Amino acid sequence: MADRIPSGTRDVLPDEMRELRALTERIRSVFDRAGYGEVYTPALEYERTFTRDGSGANGAYRVFDERGNVLVLRSDMTVPIARLVGTRYPTAEPPLRFCYFSHAYRSVRPQRGQSREFLQAGVELIGAPGPLGTAEVLTVLCDCLEAAGLQSFRIGVGDQGLYPALLDGFGVSAHARALILDELTTGDFVGVEREVNRLSLPADEAELLLTVPRMRGGPEILDGLDGPLHDAGAGMREMLSLLAPHVAARVIFDFGLVRDLDYYSGAIFQVYDPAHGMPLGAGGRYDQLLAGFGRDLPAVGFGLDIERVHIALTAEERDRG
Amino acid sequence: MVERGQEPPLWIAVPRGALLTETLDLLDEVGIDTSEVRQNDRKLLFADVGIITMRPSDVPTYVEAGAADIGITGKDVLIEQAERDVHELADLRYGRCTMVVASETGPDPVEDALRRLGTVRIATKYPKIASNHFLATGRQAEIVEVKGSVELAPLAGLADAIVDLTATGTTLRENNLVIREEITVCTARLIANPVADRLKSAAIDTLVSRIATSLGR
Repeated sequence: MADRIPSGTRDVLPDEMRELRALTERIRSVFDRAGYGEVYTPALEYERTFTRDGSGANGAYRVFDERGNVLVLRSDMTVPIARLVGTRYPTAEPPLRFCYFSHAYRSVRPQRGQSREFLQAGVELIGAPGPLGTAEVLTVLCDCLEAAGLQSFRIGVGDQGLYPALLDGFGVSAHARALILDELTTGDFVGVEREVNRLSLPADEAELLLTVPRMRGGPEILDGLDGPLHDAGAGMREMLSLLAPHVAARVIFDFGLVRDLDYYSGAIFQVYDPAHGMPLGAGGRYDQLLAGFGRDLPAVGFGLDIERVHIALTAEERDRG
Repeated sequence: MVERGQEPPLWIAVPRGALLTETLDLLDEVGIDTSEVRQNDRKLLFADVGIITMRPSDVPTYVEAGAADIGITGKDVLIEQAERDVHELADLRYGRCTMVVASETGPDPVEDALRRLGTVRIATKYPKIASNHFLATGRQAEIVEVKGSVELAPLAGLADAIVDLTATGTTLRENNLVIREEITVCTARLIANPVADRLKSAAIDTLVSRIATSLGR
């Protein structure tokens, strides 16, 4: 009987490896030109690095070392780089720019084509507040995807704080707020409607809570936003005004976008391509995370799933014939 | 893969079986011509109107992977496959069924099994819903998954009770089973692939609003 490998892991043979290598080299040259220095951090970190307040990236695999310490396989690169900044760059003048090509590890659900081990390419920009820092990282992201060879990708941009602020503004209780955000995070808009209708809010407020998560599209959706959406709209317009036309043309604004990682704070992104059914990567601002590692700096970054980018590239090429 | 030619605005996963007729009626009402689907119960892909047909439990699989942009399936399927990454856009209200615990008439075998054996054997096509229901109600249950005719299980002595979906209760009555507990009510739902929900938002929003009008909101 053949020796198997764990589900969700795989071997890469030379033909595919050659394509993956060419793809990552194209992306690496974009990082390089933008001034992002490549770092490598250990795949194993102490568990406490990942479990401190506000990191929320728990990791699925733990082992004991020879002294009984709990080590965890990293589930993303944002937390290790936050740790690296706190320990190796305690006094360096910001902004700091880092990039990485690293495997990360997550648990999988059976028979869903998910990867336990996946290769991420990404950047972290430390010490550059929004909207200028956000615009820089969105530009690098867009340049990467173009350098990768994708033609039809779009970048969804939302705001992690927008909907929670709306709920708080309408005086929704902490309990109901958690229920509604949970339905929104799982994409159950029927559940959002059910929970909102239970609140007995004034009709216009309830209506807003139902329409806002479905607001997505080009810059036209930012026009004429007033009342509780005015500030969010103004922030997004300001960020948009900092983008070059070729980047701005790729952006979709999405008021319903929420990420399930605790450390995100402001603008968040997700990368889509019509040739692939799942997002190719994601990112966003995490302005509070670094404080937990001893450097209170605003930060923003993204990670692309290289395997999915490769699949989307292949599918786009096939569609073009 | 079948040559898809001119792309329809949306690929729609349509469930065969109990939800089929009302689903096709709804699609006709919102301007998607389903006559070819009605005339042809062997064909699976209808490229002109962007319809693919499949069993209801496969709908979330196709939609999650983006092989269909949107789909229609029962809430029972969505609860059982809760981990699927799909957007649930609308409650279509038809196909109303209740997920129930049922056992043979007479003294409830569930109570007897729990009192004397500490655990109850439940046959079901919905192992997650069944096990969550018994966990939530503080009872130990051994879940036996079967693929067809669940009603047979208590009659043949495979299980003490069943967890299954019932619309009218006729099949239960015919098999000498009575409803002991109602778990949840399930109706047909409209779901969307999360990427399509962003990239084809105009087409999807138009469809959702036509459906809402058709349902009389």
